[in-house]
Amino acid sequence: MSRVSVVGFAQSDCVRRTPGTTNGVEMLVPTLAEAFKQTGLSKSDIGFWCSGSSDYLAGRAFSFISAVDAIGAFPPINESHVEMDAAWALYEAWVKIRIGEVDTALVYGFGKSSAGTLRRVLSLQTDPYTVAPLWPDSISIAALQARLGLESGRWSEKDMAEVAARSLADARENPQAQRSGESSVADLLDASMTADPLRAHDIAPITDGASVVILAAEDRARDIVSRPAAITGIEHRVDSPVLGARDLTRSPSTETAGAALDVKDIDVAELHAPFTHQELILRDALGLDDAVRISPSGGVLAGNPMFAAGLSRIGEAARRVMSGDADRALAHATSGPALQQNLVAVMEAQS
Amino acid sequence: MKQRAAVLGTGQTHHKAKRTDVSMAGLLREAIDRAMTDAQVGWDDIDAVVIGKAPDLFEGVMMPELYLADALGATGKPLLRVHTAGSVGGSTSIVAASLVQSGEHRRVLTVAYEKQSESNAMWALSIPIPFNMPVGAGAGGYFAPHVRSYIRRSGAPEIVGSMVAAKDRRNGSLNPYAHLQQADITVEQVQASQMLWDPIRYDETCPSSDGACAMVIGDEASGDAAGDDVAWIHATSMRTEPTTFARRDQVNPQAGRDAATQLWRDAGITDPLSEVDAAEIYVPFSWFEPMWLENLGFMPEGEGWKLTEAGETALGGQLPVNPSGGVLSTNPIGASGMLRMSEAAKQVMGKAGNYQVDGARKAVGHAYGGGSQYFALWLVGAAKPE
Amino acid sequence: MTTEAPPLSEPLEIQFDYTRSLGPVLGRFMTGLAERRIEGVTGSDGRVHVPPVEYDPMTAEPLSKFVEVGQEGTVLTWSWCAEPVAGQPIQRPFAWALIRLDGADTALLHAVDVETPEAIHTGMRVRVRWADEPVGHIRDIAYFLPADAPDDQPPPPTSPPPPAAERADGASVNTVVTPIKLGYEHTVSPEESRYLRALGEGKLIGQRCPKCEKVYLPPRGACPTDGVPTTTEVELPDTAIVTTFCIVNVPFLGQQITPPYVVAYILLDGADIAFLHLVRGCDADEVRMGMRVRAQWRPREEWVTSMRNIAHFEPTGEPDAPYESYAHHL
Repeated sequence: MSRVSVVGFAQSDCVRRTPGTTNGVEMLVPTLAEAFKQTGLSKSDIGFWCSGSSDYLAGRAFSFISAVDAIGAFPPINESHVEMDAAWALYEAWVKIRIGEVDTALVYGFGKSSAGTLRRVLSLQTDPYTVAPLWPDSISIAALQARLGLESGRWSEKDMAEVAARSLADARENPQAQRSGESSVADLLDASMTADPLRAHDIAPITDGASVVILAAEDRARDIVSRPAAITGIEHRVDSPVLGARDLTRSPSTETAGAALDVKDIDVAELHAPFTHQELILRDALGLDDAVRISPSGGVLAGNPMFAAGLSRIGEAARRVMSGDADRALAHATSGPALQQNLVAVMEAQS
Repeated sequence: MKQRAAVLGTGQTHHKAKRTDVSMAGLLREAIDRAMTDAQVGWDDIDAVVIGKAPDLFEGVMMPELYLADALGATGKPLLRVHTAGSVGGSTSIVAASLVQSGEHRRVLTVAYEKQSESNAMWALSIPIPFNMPVGAGAGGYFAPHVRSYIRRSGAPEIVGSMVAAKDRRNGSLNPYAHLQQADITVEQVQASQMLWDPIRYDETCPSSDGACAMVIGDEASGDAAGDDVAWIHATSMRTEPTTFARRDQVNPQAGRDAATQLWRDAGITDPLSEVDAAEIYVPFSWFEPMWLENLGFMPEGEGWKLTEAGETALGGQLPVNPSGGVLSTNPIGASGMLRMSEAAKQVMGKAGNYQVDGARKAVGHAYGGGSQYFALWLVGAAKPE
Repeated sequence: MTTEAPPLSEPLEIQFDYTRSLGPVLGRFMTGLAERRIEGVTGSDGRVHVPPVEYDPMTAEPLSKFVEVGQEGTVLTWSWCAEPVAGQPIQRPFAWALIRLDGADTALLHAVDVETPEAIHTGMRVRVRWADEPVGHIRDIAYFLPADAPDDQPPPPTSPPPPAAERADGASVNTVVTPIKLGYEHTVSPEESRYLRALGEGKLIGQRCPKCEKVYLPPRGACPTDGVPTTTEVELPDTAIVTTFCIVNVPFLGQQITPPYVVAYILLDGADIAFLHLVRGCDADEVRMGMRVRAQWRPREEWVTSMRNIAHFEPTGEPDAPYESYAHHL
C-alpha cells in the first residue's frame, strides 16, 4: 500500500461571523487558491476530492452541493463528502490514495457556525427519542463532563485554566486565530462561571471558517514539497452515545485509536478539544507527557470552525513537520457530544 | 496495490410508506441482521461500519450515526458517515469497499437508510429560501423539465415512460421486500394516472418509503472462504459536477458519462450491452431509464428508449434493468442507491429469487443524486476480477 | 470600487413536527411514562439502563428485559444552564443533571428545578415532577425537584408541552411527536446581493466570469466551472426564451403557489444560464419549449430585493426561438 503524505495546508481566518454564505464558497475560494499556490498544483492535478460539512449547521438540505462551485468542478471530478468533520474526509481520501487509485487528493471542510444558535443546533446530535427533545445544549453537556472530572479529582479548575492560558498565549503567533492573548491563570479563575463549572475561557468560541489539506502518495509528495509530512498511521473510533452509561472522564475511543498507532517520540500534538477539560482527557488517553508540545497553534480554544477544525488540526500538525519545527507530530479530531468520536493521526518527516 | 473485495452478504428491510412498527435503530437492524446472517458473520467479524443517508433534515437528527453507534455495533470501532445526496447509498457502498480494497480492514459492514415517514421529503426539499422564487416542487418538479428536454431531443414516443413504469412495478411484485406490489399494472393504467409534474405521471414516480439496506463486504480470503455465492467487486467509480453552469448538459451529464467510461475501462468491458447481464439503475422517474441507458453507454445518445420500447430491458430481455423493481417500486432515499448496489450483487450471487436473471455473471449497480450531478457506479461479478 | 453595502441576509426558519415511531423498547418506555411509571431495560452485563436502550452498548444485542425503577434518584453530575434556549424543559436558569434513578445503573439526563447553583450538588436526592398531562413522551417527566422540595412549590416556567401523538383509547404509545424549530440567518454572496439590490430597482444584473466569459444570472460567488467569482456586470433585458418546463399539478406541504402552475427554465436574452420561474398569461398546455416570454413585474411599490419582484413571465407573441438556439442550454 502506498504511504501518503500531507503536502499542503491552508485555512481561512477564524472569525466569529463571516458575511459569506452557509455553503462556504467565499471562504473556500481563497483558501483553495492558497493551498494550490503552496503546492504548485492546480485543480486538474487533483485525483480525488473529499469534503466534510453539515446540513444542520447551514439549515439547508444538501448545503454541501453548492460548495463544489468553489472548486470549479467541470470537467467533472472524482469526489465524495462526509457529514462529519473533514478530518474523516481526509481519512477517506487517505484510503483512496493507499489503494493506488489516485496519487493526489484535496480535502476541505467548512462551517458557518454563526448561521444558527450553535449550542442549540448541536443538541440534535443526541438520541432523538429520550434526549434531544429536551434540547440539551452542547455546552451544558460538556459541563456535566467537566464536573465529573473535577469532583473525582482527575483535574482541577486550575488545570483547566492553564490549558486556556497556554492556548491563548500560543494563539498570538497564529495570524488566523479568533482569540489570543496573555492571561494569568489566577485572573482566569477570578472570572465568573458561564455554565458552572465552565468559565468563558473553558469554551471554544463560535467560529466560521474553512480549511484545506492536500495529500499525495509518498513517491509524488517530494516533487511537491521539500519535506512532506508522511502519515505513518491514522485511526478513528466511536464511543457509545449513551451519556449516562459511560465514564465521561475518559475517552475510550481515543485510547483505542492511539493504541493502534505508534505515539511515542511525538514532538507536537494538535488536539481538537473544544473545552479545556477535554484536552486533559485527550492527553491522558494518548499518554502525552509534558515533553510534548500541545496545540502550538492555540488549538480550537483560539478558533473552532465546526466541520473544519479537526482537519485543521491535521494541517497544523503537518505544517510543523513540513517546516522542520517537528520531526513527529500527532493530530486529533473529535465529533459529537462529550468527545464521542475521535480520530488520531501520526505524521513524521518523509525520509 | 488494490486488494480484491467481495460482497459477502446483503440484507434489506421490508419497505413501506410508514414503518411505524420500528424506531430508526430498529429499521437499520432489520437490514443489518439480515445482511450479517446472509454473510454468516457475527459482530466480532466486523472491523468497521460505513453508514449513508440523505439529508439529516429528513429525520430531524443531526449526524444520526452518533446516536446509532450502539445499534450499528460500531461502538469501539471506526464509523464513517457518507452523504452525497441521492447517490449516497452508492457512494457509501464504494467507500466501504475501499476500506477493504486498501487492506485497512478485512470485513466492513455498510448500511444506508431513510425513514421518510418521520417527516416529509417534499417539505424538506422545498423549504422556501429567502430572496428566491418559491418554485421548488420536490424532486419531481426539479427533474420534470429535464425529462421534457430528453423527450424533445430523442424524439422518444411518449409511451416509453409508461412502459418503464409498468415493467418496474411488475418486477417489484416479484420482490417480497418491495414497497409497491403491483403485479397486474398495465401500461394503459400508468398512462391513465394523473400528471403530477407534467410530463411525469403519478405512476411514473417513485414512492416515498421507509427502509434500509445493508451489506457485508469482505477481503479476498473472506470471499474465498464463503464459496460461490459472493459478488466480487470488479470496478467502482464516482463523479461529481456542479448543479448548474452555463451550457450544462442536464439530460446526459458529463459526470455520468465520465463515471461510466472509467467503470467500463477498469472492469475491462468494451461492449457493455453484450457483456453486462443485469443492471440496477437509479430510476426514480421512469424516463430516467432510457436517459441513463445512454449516459452509461449501453445505447448511443438518443436511442436509449429503443431498448426499452423493444422490451429488452424487461426480465428475459437483452439487458434486464431493475429486475428488483428498482426505485420506482421502493424509495427509501438514502438507501435507494445501496439497494441498487446490493441488488446487482444478488444477481451475480444467484440470490435474486423470483427476479433472478438466468446465468447472471456480471451486473452493474448505479446511483445518482443532487441535480443529476453525483454518480456512483460499481460492477460486480460472479468470478474474481482478473 | 465604491464602498459596498454588506451582503443581504434574512432569517430562515425551519420547523417540522417530526413523528417518531418507537418500536417495542422505546414504545414500552413511553407507554410507562404516560402512566407515570419509569421502566428500564436490563443490559447484557446486567446493568439496568434508564432511559432504556434498544441495543446493548457493549454487545449490540437487542434488549427486552424490563424493570420498573424508582422515581427518586441521585445526581451524579450537574451543570448550570444560566440562559436556557427554546425547547429546554425549564425556561429560567436551571441545572442539567445526570440522574441515577433508584434501581437503575445508568443515568438519565434531565433538568432539575433549583433556583441557584448553590442549591444543587452531586449526590443530591431528586424526584420526578410529572407533567400535568402525560402523553407518552420524555417530557412527561417535566423536570426533577430536590427530593425534599415541598409539593406545593410554585412551578417554573416551562417550554410548551410536545403535541400528543395519535393513539387509540387504551393502545400503547408507539409514536412520539418532536417539534423541531430552528432559526438561521441566511446570507447571500456579495455578487448575488448586487443582483438582488438591482432587482429592487427593477433591473436584471448578471455578471460575466472573468475566465470563461459566460454571463451568469444570478451572478456567482464562484463560477461553477472556474471557481472564481464572476465580475463584470452585464445588464440584461427582461425578455427570454423558455428552454424547458414542467406543469406542477401536485399540492404539497409548504407550497406557496396554488397548482396547477408552469415552472420553466427562463433563458434571458444575453445570458448563458437559465433560471426557474413561473410562466403565466396563457393556458399551461400552450407553453412550449422555445416560447418567447417577457417578465411581468409586480407594481413598483411592492419591489423588494428578490426575484419575486417579477410575478411571472408571459408570452410575448413573437415566433418561437429555433430549437438550435437553446438546445445547448438543456
